[in-house]
Amino acid sequence: MEKLLEVKNMHVSFDTYGGEVKAVRGVNFDVNKGETLAIVGESGSGKSVTTKALMQLIPQPPGRIKEGEILFEGRDLAKMNEKQMQKIRGKEISMIFQDPMTSLNPTMKVGNQIMEGLIKHQKMSKAQARKRVSELLELVGIPDAENRINQYPHQFSGGMRQRVVVAIALACNPKLLIADEPTTALDVTIQAQILELMKDIQKKTDSATIFITHDLGVVANVADRVAVMYAGKIVEIGTVDDIFYNPQHPYTWGLLGSMPSLDSEDEELYAIPGSPPDLLNPPKGDAFAARNEYAMKIDFEQEPPMFKVSDTHYAATWLLHENAPKIEPPEAVKKRMEGNANGSSSSEGERI
Amino acid sequence: MSQEKLVEIKNLKQHFKTGRHSVVKAVDGLNFNIYKGETFGLVGESGCGKSTTGRTIIRLYDATDGEVIFDGENVHGKKSREQLKKFNREMQMIFQDPYASLNPRMKVADIIAEGMDIHGLEKDAKGRESRVHELLETVGLNKEHANRYPHEFSGGQRQRIGIARALAVDPSFIIADEPISALDVSIQAQVVNLLKKLQEEKNLTYLFIAHDLSMVKYISDRIGVMYFGKMVELADADELYKHPIHPYTQSLLSAIPLPDPDYERTRERFTYDPNNHDTSEEPEFREVRPGHYVLCTTKEFEQYQREHGTGK
Repeated sequence: MEKLLEVKNMHVSFDTYGGEVKAVRGVNFDVNKGETLAIVGESGSGKSVTTKALMQLIPQPPGRIKEGEILFEGRDLAKMNEKQMQKIRGKEISMIFQDPMTSLNPTMKVGNQIMEGLIKHQKMSKAQARKRVSELLELVGIPDAENRINQYPHQFSGGMRQRVVVAIALACNPKLLIADEPTTALDVTIQAQILELMKDIQKKTDSATIFITHDLGVVANVADRVAVMYAGKIVEIGTVDDIFYNPQHPYTWGLLGSMPSLDSEDEELYAIPGSPPDLLNPPKGDAFAARNEYAMKIDFEQEPPMFKVSDTHYAATWLLHENAPKIEPPEAVKKRMEGNANGSSSSEGERI
Repeated sequence: MSQEKLVEIKNLKQHFKTGRHSVVKAVDGLNFNIYKGETFGLVGESGCGKSTTGRTIIRLYDATDGEVIFDGENVHGKKSREQLKKFNREMQMIFQDPYASLNPRMKVADIIAEGMDIHGLEKDAKGRESRVHELLETVGLNKEHANRYPHEFSGGQRQRIGIARALAVDPSFIIADEPISALDVSIQAQVVNLLKKLQEEKNLTYLFIAHDLSMVKYISDRIGVMYFGKMVELADADELYKHPIHPYTQSLLSAIPLPDPDYERTRERFTYDPNNHDTSEEPEFREVRPGHYVLCTTKEFEQYQREHGTGK
């Protein structure tokens, strides 16, 4: 597999009146050609900041990329100036934002909004661009493209607007697509349609996707690999099967356990106690220690390094250290791990 | 769970005028009962009228038509101040957005105690204070929080304050309108566990409105599925998920992404087309399996009975 994007030890901070907020604290990951990497985590875990930093969309000041490299096909995006970035944004890397209601310009016809990128990056004439826009609208499943081009965003429903946003993002055949919670604002049925559409298009164009979400159901649906973020760090990364069937980090256990499964009975949900730490003063040691019932003494003193579980699977928890006691994940999570390996598909079949 | 009816909703309609000649039928002829001590889940897509239903039941909107019978008395219609107060004590609401539903200029203690003040439940300041502290502890906060303002709290904590406010007047029935959809996954579980615990301790009845179907399944005893202002299916939570009958429910269930990659790889989505219904007559609400009601015409009713059988 060929690496498309490599992020090395990236730190992003915001300077506020209260002091320096360390939103992203040393993130390492890479994205291969044609694959989907999902980044999951709670709000405030730094997942959106990470991807915005890739596109240099962090307002500077107050934000700044403190250190680290972002290698996109060998070029370091972190060192590029605004002019160079403009050639990359929308052309090689493009982004789908969370809220289709606010990410479109309400005073501009939908067709013109899609055309913008084509005219700027691909130097198309207006007539050529128009033709391509019709194709794109058809690709994303908007019927009657010829008329729809001349309509304004308010004439579209939420799902249709998100399709327009997808069309804008895809206009120049980007190599990397960043989708920041693209379906959170949508209903489940519409969400399913948009996810299917995105997967379909990815297959056709062989682009790579970074998918940010906090919905583990969506992750299971779209991702090839998953990175779990907590307090500005990646605490576990692996293939989708590694994360769902063999999770190692207590935070991942908490996330998995806090979602009820459709056949779970009346037992209490496994809730992670407390709330995420304040990144103005990140705690010493493991940031998750205060909420972690398995925390050991060392968790409060030293940050755990990334331990290797397998070639594809890494987790940052001292529990994986050779001297750590052997700890079983909580019941709810264990059931999920086992249940998934065999029975679940049959019970689903009966459901419908 | 008893079979005693706490709330009866009879042919409830809520129509909004949106222009001189256009009317939005947000809720159009709902009939269902909520039994004492149960959690009734109401699901559907945005715009299907589920929130309007909740708001109409608690009289935030005046119903266009129909009745809401609470403990034997109609909630709607002309009421004196005293009568209204009585309902307001029995029925409380938890709102969706914990950021918008708490007054930013009021201290937490005053937010929680507002209901008690209106109803004159605690006459002296000391009693009021200790009651507020007790409520804060019930919802997992502590008494130091009483003198702070809402902006000092996180989303999950604010939702706890909203719950404490609802509990302050000792209600028997709580309408929770998407109480967890604005919260993070890990915090959602905390709030849901709290709601369940409170239900056991105080023998509360909930109407739980949500669009997150897996959470609704988890918390509810019975579930009603709404589509365009009408209820299309009503059944026990397990029954509904195991044997969805109405095609809309089937499509809704098949669209839920589950945190299970193997299942997701093989998932087949079912799309709902409202044009496929039999239109020879007005559909009615009929019992296809015991306790399992579906909106259907006579022809469809026969078909559903053939396909899904009566009982197990």
